[in-house]
Amino acid sequence: MTFIENVINIITKYHTLLLDGLGYTMLIALTGTIFGLIIGLLTGIIKTIPMSKSPILKFLQKLVNFIIACYVEIFRGTPMMVQSMVIFWGYAFMNDGNTLPLIPAGIFIVSINTGAYMTEIVRGGIISVDKGQFEGAYSVGMTHWQAMTNVIIPQVMRNILPSISNEFVINIKDTSVLNVIGVMELYYMANKIQTMTWNIFETYLIICVMYFIMTFTITRILRVFEKKLAGSDTYTICGSQSDPNAEIRVKKEKEEFR
Amino acid sequence: MENVITLKNLKKSFSGREILKGIDLEIKKNEVVSVIGSSGSGKSTMLRCINLLEDATSGDILFHDKSVIEGHIDINEYRSRIVMVFQQFNLFNNMTVLDNCVRPQTVVLDRSKDEAREIAMKYLRKVGMAEYINARPAQLSGGMKQRVAIARALSMNPEVILFDEPTSALDPEMVGEVLDVMRELASEGLTMIVVTHEMAFARDVSDRVIFIDEGVICEEGDPKEFFENPKTERAKAFLSRFLN
Ligand SMILES: Nc1ncnc2c1ncn2[C@@H]1O[C@H](COP(=O)(O)OP(=O)(O)O)[C@@H](O)[C@H]1O
Ligand SMILES: [Mg+2]
Repeated sequence: MTFIENVINIITKYHTLLLDGLGYTMLIALTGTIFGLIIGLLTGIIKTIPMSKSPILKFLQKLVNFIIACYVEIFRGTPMMVQSMVIFWGYAFMNDGNTLPLIPAGIFIVSINTGAYMTEIVRGGIISVDKGQFEGAYSVGMTHWQAMTNVIIPQVMRNILPSISNEFVINIKDTSVLNVIGVMELYYMANKIQTMTWNIFETYLIICVMYFIMTFTITRILRVFEKKLAGSDTYTICGSQSDPNAEIRVKKEKEEFR
Repeated sequence: MENVITLKNLKKSFSGREILKGIDLEIKKNEVVSVIGSSGSGKSTMLRCINLLEDATSGDILFHDKSVIEGHIDINEYRSRIVMVFQQFNLFNNMTVLDNCVRPQTVVLDRSKDEAREIAMKYLRKVGMAEYINARPAQLSGGMKQRVAIARALSMNPEVILFDEPTSALDPEMVGEVLDVMRELASEGLTMIVVTHEMAFARDVSDRVIFIDEGVICEEGDPKEFFENPKTERAKAFLSRFLN
């Protein structure tokens, strides 16, 4: 049974490399998803600014919207592996051969790639919020930014949470392409171990299982999280006239104001 | 007395179709004006132009004799002075009843949280919703939602409240509770423009009635006189349809 022996051998000898790789994969995927979401929220807010009446501002708005549209199209329409090479070596080309530090470069690439997808996800989320929510906010004097941050985005976030989780899981898998620029994520580590042991099948099978365990557990955890948030969306618990529990909370609050 | 809002030859077209065909209107301080007219005549469009939710195609809107269209006026500050109450309530779904009334104050008027809470509670008590401050809009009946929306509007301490058919989306048994609140506000001297199909409210509560037909003010005047003795044929036809 050389297979089992090989597997055990790889794990005992190289578990630090594997765990380091796993850690970097998680770090890059998580921060990349968060920064990507922030990019998506900002572009979503910018794209929904009501058109200005002043011709100059209107032109600027259209220009910015055009740039955002180009960004989305380009980053969704090309492979992340190629984007990694172009960004990493492009930077080196323009800076006398100095390259970016690897982990920040990996985070940057995943963020900007995820941002393109998030832009579309957030835009869809904003469009699906009832128009009356915007008008309610504007009608009491809120600016676009105030309306977005106080009223619209909180509702968007709850609606798009499944898509955000989805992007996160995709990123856990897709960070593997960063090995082309030498980022020490899990796939890169496997590649390294493989050249030392020549147990190619066993090595990649191990990280295959590791990837699956990561995505599987995270998917389950996020699903519970989503359910919880969705649960509070039905709003049948507190303050309902039909629910006796509601009376308690309402009374508590009443005392506070006496 | 000084005009709070003045409309001058206000026109509004949607994709070439003229909906408002030149509205002239003066609203005085403490005045309660009911706007009536058949559906599609442009009543909502007029209110939405006043609140700048729609851009007027031509004409002018003055707030205390200052143009809000051409003037260098802070649109958001202006809107916080002439708050709107909608047919569909438009309460913020992500906030509790209390937050619905507090957040606009802290965000738009820069009031402290404590001050905003105190003001919000005062008006929530006034509309009879103080016991539901922790509830979410989705848990409330239509009548309750509209009373919260009125409390939200009052919490901004506006000079004018624009009501766009505030009872039209309500079940009949809830119309009364909202009209009672509005009646009280009218008696306290709040300046109100009320688009409504509640003829009894228009007749008994308002100081003036405006009858809009096909984008023009067809007739306006004292409520009693208008309802007992309408001058134009179109107003007569409208009233006979409505009062029977
Ligand atoms: N955003 C819009 N785009 C196009 N047409 C509109 C829009 N808003 C209103 N209209 C049209 O303007 C007319 C008047 O509408 P509205 O002011 O809502 O009437 P009312 O409130 O008196 O029932 C209607 O024929 C309606 O279809
Ligand atoms: Mg209407």
